[in-house]
Amino acid sequence: MTVAWTAQGIREDFPILGRTMRSGAPLVYLDSAATSQKPLQVLHAERDFYERHNAAAHRGSHQLAEEATEAFEVARSTIAAFVGAAASQTVFTRSATDSLNMVAHAFAAATMLHARGREQDSRFVLGEGDSIVVTEAEHHANLVPWQELAAKTGAELRWVGVDPDGRIRTEDLASLVDARTKVISCAHVSNVLGGTLDIAAFAAAARAVGALFILDACQSVPHLPVRLPDTGADLAVFSAHKMLGPTGLGVLWGRDEVLAAMPVVDTGGSMISHVTMQESTYLPAPAKFEPGVPSMAQAVGTAAAADYLTSLGMPSVHAHVSALAARAADALAQLPGVRVQAAPDAPPVSAVSFTVDGVHPHDIGQVLDDDGIAVRVGHHCAWPLMRALGVPATVRASFSVYNTESEVDALLVSVERARRFFT
Amino acid sequence: MSIEGMYQEVILDHHRNPVGKGLREPFAAQAHHINTSCGDELTVRVALDAAGESITDISWDGQGCAISMASMSILAESATAGSVAAERELHAKFLELMHGRGEVSADPALGEAVAFGGVAQFPARVKCALLGWMAAADALDQATSQR
Repeated sequence: MTVAWTAQGIREDFPILGRTMRSGAPLVYLDSAATSQKPLQVLHAERDFYERHNAAAHRGSHQLAEEATEAFEVARSTIAAFVGAAASQTVFTRSATDSLNMVAHAFAAATMLHARGREQDSRFVLGEGDSIVVTEAEHHANLVPWQELAAKTGAELRWVGVDPDGRIRTEDLASLVDARTKVISCAHVSNVLGGTLDIAAFAAAARAVGALFILDACQSVPHLPVRLPDTGADLAVFSAHKMLGPTGLGVLWGRDEVLAAMPVVDTGGSMISHVTMQESTYLPAPAKFEPGVPSMAQAVGTAAAADYLTSLGMPSVHAHVSALAARAADALAQLPGVRVQAAPDAPPVSAVSFTVDGVHPHDIGQVLDDDGIAVRVGHHCAWPLMRALGVPATVRASFSVYNTESEVDALLVSVERARRFFT
Repeated sequence: MSIEGMYQEVILDHHRNPVGKGLREPFAAQAHHINTSCGDELTVRVALDAAGESITDISWDGQGCAISMASMSILAESATAGSVAAERELHAKFLELMHGRGEVSADPALGEAVAFGGVAQFPARVKCALLGWMAAADALDQATSQR
């Protein structure tokens, strides 16, 4: 894949990359898996919305309200198109974590309503004997909501294991999934191991038993060309702030009939079609899942981020970012005492996790910080995965469109400095 | 603050050769603390004399960064054989130092623990330095309240 642009050329769009850190070193930002930096185009789009069009979308009939509604819905269409979806399938939430919780809460709501004799789609109704299947590699956001759902409904939580070398035991699906499996949920790309999961296998397992397949696309949508309707997922989530967009906005995508069948969770204004003192009826998706005045400026900013990535071209974004990740993983593995924590059969998309024998990741991170290099250290909200890998924590470097090969090289020099300092 | 200023030689020494590591019997109480932001964990046991006024042993085990391990080690060395009252005084002084954002001058009574004054300038690492101290204080409170 030919990359028609260079990171060097686009760095000027990200003013923060010009910063000098407290040690005097220039910033080397390698923590985009936690949150990406934002280009001027995104900042300008948000500012322009507030300066010229701000009003409450979907309320009122004055001109500004019309303009705000228009800006918000155009943003939805842009973001939907970015993942190959229709606007009607694209629900805005507070975050990807919020999206996953909303889905888990919808199962709980359907289960409660069903118990009270209200008609519900049976796919959302859980009880004893039913199961929920995740992987041991999941981010806490795609694990804890399912633990809670299992506790509320009596369903059993099961998981696909991870080998100590980071390989996800996808073959476990055969023994874990049965006719009573109602939910299968996994990450598209692991936020720690960095590689892509065999989501076709998860989708097939779900389809075979009529379970809903839920995809956490937080670490794939920013770096890969992703068409959510082609992933086999029934529902999928991702977050704006990891794809060059602002904080405070998540997306829940769903197939039309799944969103139609899914009960509402949060309720209030602008999601109803009719309200009496006794009861209410609700609008079709996406509105039925969006009570309250929405995050309009964030949506507009995220659409600008999607446009930015589209103008770079997602295939070449993928080529650039994965080349940096591969360069880092290969070179780190050559350093004495360094172990790259990645599945042997799943090359990194953006994130590269590693440990250094005899040196705690926090101490590595401190030396890197002293060199101006921002990485994530710790359990990465994937504590069970740390146990499966047999490590207390890892150092994670993650790359985005604005990173360069020389930044990878700076990382390598700093890791070696840290190893020498502590051993 | 240079990296050498943060990780002073005394910290690196205690990290490499920790004092009091390995859980021992007998003990009056123990506490297990976890730094939830990073997953580091420590178990601390304290043993008291018959009167309950002096610390006869502090033993500990756990995993963590050089800061948390060295801080635990220095505490174990300085508090063992001291009085419970003196340890609590030391604890208060250490808390004050660590919450001082590098603007509080360390009380010389802290001994080797003054070396953590540099760490206090890094808010994200203060919890690392305090992990063992908080666990020890917890164990000590349990040991004394049982009596």
